[in-house]
Amino acid sequence: MSIKQSLILALKSLMGSKMRSFLTMLGIIIGVAAVIIIVSTINGMTKTILDEFDSMGATNIIVSVRGRGSSRSVDIDDMQSLVDDNPTLLKGMTPSITVAGAVVKSGSENLDTTSVTGANESYAEINNKKAEYGRDLQYMDCNARLTNCVVGTYVAKEFFGTSENALGNELKINGKTFTIVGVLEEKADSAQSSADDIVIIPYTVAQKLAYTFTIGSYTFCALSKEVADKAQTLIEKYLYDVFSNTNAYTVTNMSSLIETMDDMTAKMSLMGAAVAGISLLVGGIGIMNIMLVSVTERTREIGIRKSLGAAPWDIMSQFVVEAITTSSIGGILGIILGIIGSYAARFVEGLNPVVSISAIIISFTVSALIGVAFGYFPAKKAAALNPIDALRYD
Amino acid sequence: MIELKNVYKIYSDGDSEIRALDGVSLFVDKGEFTSIVGSSGSGKSTCMNIIGCLDIPTSGEYYLHGNDVSKMNEKELAYIRNKELGFVFQQYNLIPKLNLLENVELPLIYRRINPSKRKEMAKIALERVGLGDRLSKFPSQLSGGQQQRVSIARALAGEPPVILADEPTGALDSKTGRDVLALLKKLNDEGTTIVLITHDNSIAAQTKRIVRIHDGKIISDEFNIPAKEEEGAV
Repeated sequence: MSIKQSLILALKSLMGSKMRSFLTMLGIIIGVAAVIIIVSTINGMTKTILDEFDSMGATNIIVSVRGRGSSRSVDIDDMQSLVDDNPTLLKGMTPSITVAGAVVKSGSENLDTTSVTGANESYAEINNKKAEYGRDLQYMDCNARLTNCVVGTYVAKEFFGTSENALGNELKINGKTFTIVGVLEEKADSAQSSADDIVIIPYTVAQKLAYTFTIGSYTFCALSKEVADKAQTLIEKYLYDVFSNTNAYTVTNMSSLIETMDDMTAKMSLMGAAVAGISLLVGGIGIMNIMLVSVTERTREIGIRKSLGAAPWDIMSQFVVEAITTSSIGGILGIILGIIGSYAARFVEGLNPVVSISAIIISFTVSALIGVAFGYFPAKKAAALNPIDALRYD
Repeated sequence: MIELKNVYKIYSDGDSEIRALDGVSLFVDKGEFTSIVGSSGSGKSTCMNIIGCLDIPTSGEYYLHGNDVSKMNEKELAYIRNKELGFVFQQYNLIPKLNLLENVELPLIYRRINPSKRKEMAKIALERVGLGDRLSKFPSQLSGGQQQRVSIARALAGEPPVILADEPTGALDSKTGRDVLALLKKLNDEGTTIVLITHDNSIAAQTKRIVRIHDGKIISDEFNIPAKEEEGAV
């Protein structure tokens, strides 16, 4: 009997008892849908996180220098020349000085969650934080130690209502008066403690505010993602040459961080899929159970077929194909449900499922294979029936 | 055509053994219409299973159309059943969810005949038993006699040299029984070898040769001039 013939037979048999067929498939349907929804959701989360990293600058290399005694140190000029000497690897550099415990004040209003960072003119480009209104910090600001600042939208809105109103106004940081020359683009819904709750001031001024004259943190920008690792090696080598000790500094490459992140979420994805896969397995057992019942119910039919010349293989393929058909149809319905479910999950705040094609292909393949695996045993049982006993069976 | 040589079929049940066939030798030539008659437990069913290649003898030889069946495996037996034999059962054994045409097509499917050809063959077979106008009916829509005719059509669809009928009239009333028997006679006249298994002497009396079996042994084997059937053919 040809496979096509078996397929027709299988479809007939499934259509013959629709309710039972559906219930048999249900395990597979739920399993496949669960795999797709879980993988898609984790995919979406990964994408959100990676996008965030990307917006922070995937090409950034963060260098923190702890130093080693006072005899050896690097200063901002050393760092800048590193950039200037390696234009094929590095694009720019900014120091990054955090003014700890800064209180930002305007009139009688205080903000104490605001992070105050000292940076140079490259900061805006490196960190992708450009002024929407007014201008970014400039070389002049740093060089002449001007008390100008660029603020995030949270700060602007808290103090002055809108970004536009903030421009040209003044605020006080730890008692020192600054003029707002720029307001950044909104990044995080202008929420408190978010990327919008910041003030950027010239690093030269920040050094004074923070009472620090050695700069501990720099952010470099590699020319591209591809050379980020090379650039990191270059910086590490330079710092090692200065300090002769790897404990004196840390160099973190954002793109390698992203890779690690990617790796982690892929593992999470796999784990989620494995858990959902268990329900596929349970679905498979369900199919086997029904197939066994079906073999018993059709014992007489099997006997008749055998008496008419059906070889063991003919009977076997009939039942295996029926199991595969059941599980595959279940798989297809599961895929449909999974895709619908993934889209429905968009309505949940913070989830942006990305339907994974590989999850669809894999879960469908697995469900078809389950048909083979769990259909095999009942099919073998059917094929092995003795035609005489089968014919007498009531 | 059919040749059993000193065939034994022994079922052992713990310490005791049951000799369902106890040294049976039988030769049925091409074109014969033979009945094997015996009461229940006489061994006639076992005999029919062996002739029908549903079972193989414990010892002895069985040649069907020159093939040594006694040493065949499952697959080879299936092939022989398909090609050399047509079965007609007491309970018709049609598959309820298939229509008449599909039922009759079954042996042809297993012979791997292509769909259009086998539909044609199945149709001809149904026409031969007088049911050519009900191809898409289902078995449950037919009377017992009609169902038995379908099963005869199924048996002869592949034009096997031998038709094996196991109590073909057992489930039918006497009139339809006679019709079915008449149909078998007609097929025999057209050249098909028929072996009929029955417990009913009046049925056996209408065949050309009567083999009586008792306790697994053949006790008589005689040619017979079939009694005239007053109500005639189909």
